[in-house]
Amino acid sequence: MNKTIRHYLADFKQLQNIKKDDWFSKQRQSAFNIFQESGFPSTRKENWKYTDVKPITKKLFSNITNSNVVISDNEIDAILFKELECIELVFVNGAYSEKYSNIKNLPNKLTIRNMANAFVNDEDFLKKHLSQYVNDDSSSFVTLNTAFIQDGVYINVPSDLTLERPISITYISKDNSNIFATHPRNLIFMGENSKATIIENYIGIDDANYFTNAVTETSLSQGASLKHYKIQQESSNAFHIGSLNTSQNKDSRFESHSISIGGALVRNDINARLNKEGAEIMMNGLYMTDNAQHIDNHTRVDHFKPYTQSNQNYRGVLNGKSRGVFNGKVVVHPQAQKIEAYQNNANLLLSDDAEIDTKPELEIYADDVKCNHGATIGQLDNDMLFYLRSRAIDEQTARSLLTYAFADEIINNISFQSIKNKLEHLIIGRLPDSSLIREYV
Amino acid sequence: MLHIKDLYTAVDNKKILEGLNLSVNVGEVHAIMGPNGSGKSTLANILAGKEGYNITQGSVSYENENLLELSPEERARKGVFLAFQYPVEIPGVNNIYLLKAALNAIRKHQGKPELDAMEFMNLVKGKMKLVQMNKDLLSRSVNEGFSGGEKKRNEIFQMAILEPKLAILDETDSGLDIDALKIVAEGVNSLRNKNRAFILVTHYQRLLNYIKPDHVHVLSKGKIVRSGGPELALELEEKGYDWIN
Repeated sequence: MNKTIRHYLADFKQLQNIKKDDWFSKQRQSAFNIFQESGFPSTRKENWKYTDVKPITKKLFSNITNSNVVISDNEIDAILFKELECIELVFVNGAYSEKYSNIKNLPNKLTIRNMANAFVNDEDFLKKHLSQYVNDDSSSFVTLNTAFIQDGVYINVPSDLTLERPISITYISKDNSNIFATHPRNLIFMGENSKATIIENYIGIDDANYFTNAVTETSLSQGASLKHYKIQQESSNAFHIGSLNTSQNKDSRFESHSISIGGALVRNDINARLNKEGAEIMMNGLYMTDNAQHIDNHTRVDHFKPYTQSNQNYRGVLNGKSRGVFNGKVVVHPQAQKIEAYQNNANLLLSDDAEIDTKPELEIYADDVKCNHGATIGQLDNDMLFYLRSRAIDEQTARSLLTYAFADEIINNISFQSIKNKLEHLIIGRLPDSSLIREYV
Repeated sequence: MLHIKDLYTAVDNKKILEGLNLSVNVGEVHAIMGPNGSGKSTLANILAGKEGYNITQGSVSYENENLLELSPEERARKGVFLAFQYPVEIPGVNNIYLLKAALNAIRKHQGKPELDAMEFMNLVKGKMKLVQMNKDLLSRSVNEGFSGGEKKRNEIFQMAILEPKLAILDETDSGLDIDALKIVAEGVNSLRNKNRAFILVTHYQRLLNYIKPDHVHVLSKGKIVRSGGPELALELEEKGYDWIN
C-alpha cells in the first residue's frame, strides 16, 4: 500500500470511529474497499489520458471536516448571488453554515436539508436513493466521495411543484492551518412534472490550498425539468474533481450549464442517462484557463431509449501555459431509434503555449438516428480584428472584445437573465485587459 | 492630402501593385476602376492598414505623415475610413456599442469631449435616416445576419457617424440592387464637402451615374494606366477593359 492510500485509510478509520452508529457505515466501508482496491486513476486509463492526477495524490489532505473556520460578512457578500433571492445553502470548508444559509419558508412538501441533517431525518429516503444514480465503480473519486460523505445537500421537489426561487448551493473554501479535502455530496430528486433551478457554486477565498471532491446525483421523474448551473471558481492553488450524474425518466428535461474558470487542476464529469422516451438533456459549458491551469471536461451521454435528445455545446478559452481537455462521449444503445444527439466543442487559443486536447466520440448501435459532432481549435479571426481596428478600436481592446464575444456565445444560451448577467460579469473579469471592454457589453 | 508614390507590393511573393502613383486633394472624389485582379482592393486594404502585404518599394503620405507606419486604429483616428467590400460578421459584438466606442476614440484623438449615450443616440437617429437603416439592425451583433445590401448600408451609416477625412469605398456598389445603390449614393453625396476626400473603388461605371467623381483612374496590372475626368468612365463602359490593354 502506498503512502497516500495509507493516509486516506487512517483518515477513513478516524471517520468510521466518529460515525460508528451511522446506518451508512457499511456502505461507507464498501466504498472505501473499492477505492483501496482501485487506487487513483493513472493516465494509462483512457478516461484519464490527458489528466494526470499526481499533483492531487502526492498531497496528504486532511479528510475530516473541520467546522471551526469562519468567514466574514464581507467575504460572504462578495460570494453569494444576493439579488437572485435564492433558497440558500452555504458550506465553509465542507461544513454547513447555518448562519449564512436560508432554507426557511419553503413551499409545502419541498424538502431541502444539508446532508448531515438528512442522514438523521431522511434515512428511509436516502437508503433507497443515495448512490443509486451514480456508479460507484465509475471513478475512484466517486467512491472516495462516498466513503467520506460528511455533508452536502439533499433536495426533494414534490410532484407538480414549480419552484420559482432558485436553490443556491455554495461551497466556500478558505485557508486553514493544514491542507484539507472536502467531499461534498448532493442528491437531488425531482418529482413528476416538477420544475426547479439549482446553482452549485464552488469558490475559494484567497489562494487557499485544498481539494474539492464533489459528487452530485440527480433523478428526474416523468415530465420533470431541472436547470442546473455549476460555477467552478476554486482558488488558484485548489484541485477540483466533480461529477454530475443524471438519471432521466420519460419526457424529462435537464439543462446543464457548466462554467469553469478557477482551480489549478480541475476535472468536471457529467454522466447523463436518458432512460426513457422523450428525455432530453442540454449541456452547455465554458472553460477559461490561464497560467498553468488545467481544466478537463468529460461528458458521457447514454441514449437508452428511442426519441431521446442530447445537445452539447462546449467552448474553451485558453491562455498562458494552460491546458484544456474536452472529451465528450455519446453512446446510442441498440434499441434507441429516432434519437437526436449533437455535440460541438470550439476552442480559442490565446497563446502559443496553451494546449487543448479535444475528443468527441460517438458510439452508435442503432440505425435510425440523427447525430453529429464537431470540434474546432483556433485563434482570433484576423478579418474581425482588422475590421474592429479599422474602426479606431486599439488592438488590445479588439482582442479582448472578440475573446469575450466567443465566450459569450455560451452564456447566451442561459435563459435566466439575472444568472446570465452575473456570469457575464464573471467572465469579463477573467479576460485579458477586461477593463478595456466594459463599456461594450 | 494623400500622396502615393511608386508603390510596389506583393503577397506571398506575388506582385500586386507595381509602381502605383496617385494624389488626392481634400474635397476631391476619385474613382479607381479596373478589371478583376488589377489590385483595386489591395490598394484599399493597404491604405486602411491591413496586414499581410509586403510593401517592397514606394511611399504613402497622408496629411504629411508616413501612413504606412501607422496602425489601422491610428489611421482611423486620423480620419481614414474603409467601407469594406465584404464587411465581416462579428457575433457577440454589438453594432451600436462598437460605433459609439469608435466615435469616441476618434473624438478623443481630436481633443473633443466624448459623447454620452444620449448625445450619441440623437446623432444616430439623424444619420439612420440618411441611409434608411432599419433600427432593429443597430442592436444586433455587427453585421450578423444582415443581407448583403444591409451590410453595405451599415458601412455607409458608420461612415456618416464617424465623418472621416478620407473615405475609401471598396466596391460598395457590388451586389446592390438599384434602389439600394441609390440610397448608398445619396448617403455618399450628402457627405461630400470641401474638407473630405473620397476614393471610390469600383469595377462598374454604374455607381458613377449617381456619384459624380472629379477624377477617374484606370488601374491595370498594378498601376494606373490612364487618368481623366468622368468621361473616362463612360468610355470604359462602352469599350470595356480590353481597350486599355
